[in-house]
Amino acid sequence: MSNDVMLKIAQLEAWYDESHVLQGVDFEVRSGEIVTLLGRNGAGKSTTLKSIMGLMPRRAGSVAFQGREMIQARPDQIGLAGIAFCPEDRGIFRSLTVTENLMLPPVIAPGGLDLDTIYAMFPNLKERASSRGTMLSGGEQQMLAIARILRTGARLLLLDEPTEGLAPVIVQQIGQMIREIKKRGFTVLLVEQNFRFAATVADRHYVMEHGKIIDEIANVDLPAETKKLHGYLGV
Amino acid sequence: MFTIFGIPAQLFYGQLLLGVVNGAFYALLSLGLAVIFGMLGILNFAHGALYMLGAFVAYILLESFQIGYWWALLIAPLVVAAFGALMETTLIRRMYKLDHVYGLLLTFALAMIIQGVVRLVFNNAGLPYRIPDQLQGALNLGFMFMPYYRAWVVVAALTVCLVTWFLIERTSLGAKLRAATENAPLVQSFGVNVPRMVLLTYAGGAGLAAFAGVLAAPVYSVNVNMGEHFMITVFAIVVIGGMGSIMGSVIASLILGMIEGLTKLFYPEASALVIFIVMIFVLLTKPAGLFGRGN
Repeated sequence: MSNDVMLKIAQLEAWYDESHVLQGVDFEVRSGEIVTLLGRNGAGKSTTLKSIMGLMPRRAGSVAFQGREMIQARPDQIGLAGIAFCPEDRGIFRSLTVTENLMLPPVIAPGGLDLDTIYAMFPNLKERASSRGTMLSGGEQQMLAIARILRTGARLLLLDEPTEGLAPVIVQQIGQMIREIKKRGFTVLLVEQNFRFAATVADRHYVMEHGKIIDEIANVDLPAETKKLHGYLGV
Repeated sequence: MFTIFGIPAQLFYGQLLLGVVNGAFYALLSLGLAVIFGMLGILNFAHGALYMLGAFVAYILLESFQIGYWWALLIAPLVVAAFGALMETTLIRRMYKLDHVYGLLLTFALAMIIQGVVRLVFNNAGLPYRIPDQLQGALNLGFMFMPYYRAWVVVAALTVCLVTWFLIERTSLGAKLRAATENAPLVQSFGVNVPRMVLLTYAGGAGLAAFAGVLAAPVYSVNVNMGEHFMITVFAIVVIGGMGSIMGSVIASLILGMIEGLTKLFYPEASALVIFIVMIFVLLTKPAGLFGRGN
């Protein structure tokens, strides 16, 4: 596992109209790591992912991916550079079949998973191939949303609350899948409310509050820091 | 000689055919309009003007360059599509961030300007365009005469609609277009150049309108106002068929064309109204349209 810094965020700010949602976010993600952004609702976790992807109406600061500054880049340029986004609502398209959803994101670089591997990891995508995307259950849609970005060759995956609203059995499957893709060399930046789940997959955790990073906790240190974390999350 | 509901059979079938021909035009125009609305979220009030431009390009090609009908079918849509692309790039795309009303107002203004310029050069007179030699004459079917040209219009229009349907519903490019209609930013984040897709969609819709214009030139005389009559009706049809559905627009067009045609026979005073009466009925019972997906 290389220790190069793949993503470096410095003084990242973002606004929704007049609302100053991110107020100077600093953190980094190293190649092959799984890093989570933890925090209460409204802390700015999802906004951070959207800002990295260029989906915010207004942002400032520095987003450096593999050494390249991306703060001015358009979302399609960022996608082509090798970052892929899995939004909180999963973004499964209603007017497309499961297969069309899966094949929609174009292959932007070599090294993505091939279809056989994807169908082996997600067998029900093959079973439900010609169903409309939104006829899948929540868990299946989440799997589809992740599967389709594994195919593209993107190296950095941004996952926004992948376990939200899913049954514990499915949450376990998603955890297994994330650990599997880490073995295959993907780098993941994960937003999660469920820090117990985050602890099963991540190497490091950043805690966000009011649009800033307020702490960093290595996963190995998590058991010792649990009380502090509860304080941050108001649990 | 048979009569059908008290009307001579030949008249009945003739009017039905006219209705199907009208329906074919409605189908081409409503298809372009529905696709543009789906992608841009804008009701393209300039559509009728683009249709009219298609007919005028065909007329100019013939009168000034002696370029005939068959070439015009290819050239006019390309010219008007390019013009549509120019409009989208310089003006229309500035409306996307605003309320949809502004896009509507802009395309309406563009329609007025286009018509104004054409009127300046050609006045309001109807200009003749001759049916191409290969399609002159009619086929005697026994119960009626079917003019070859009108049969050609129906075949050509439905073929183009079918090809467009196939491109949108059965190809991966079409999948990107349908997905962008639902969630453009997410599609863009996958690396797809959505602004360029939007541009090509508008140009494509303009090309479809122009193609209908060339088909129309020998049937309705080429004149500045030829788009206006059609467009109000086409808007109603798109509402009836359902904004999101291509098949819906095409099927609704054909059925309503026939209903309109037959109404002219039985109750001519109502023929201008009947489509709007259907529209009100559909809005009251199934507002998303008969085939609509309810966005």
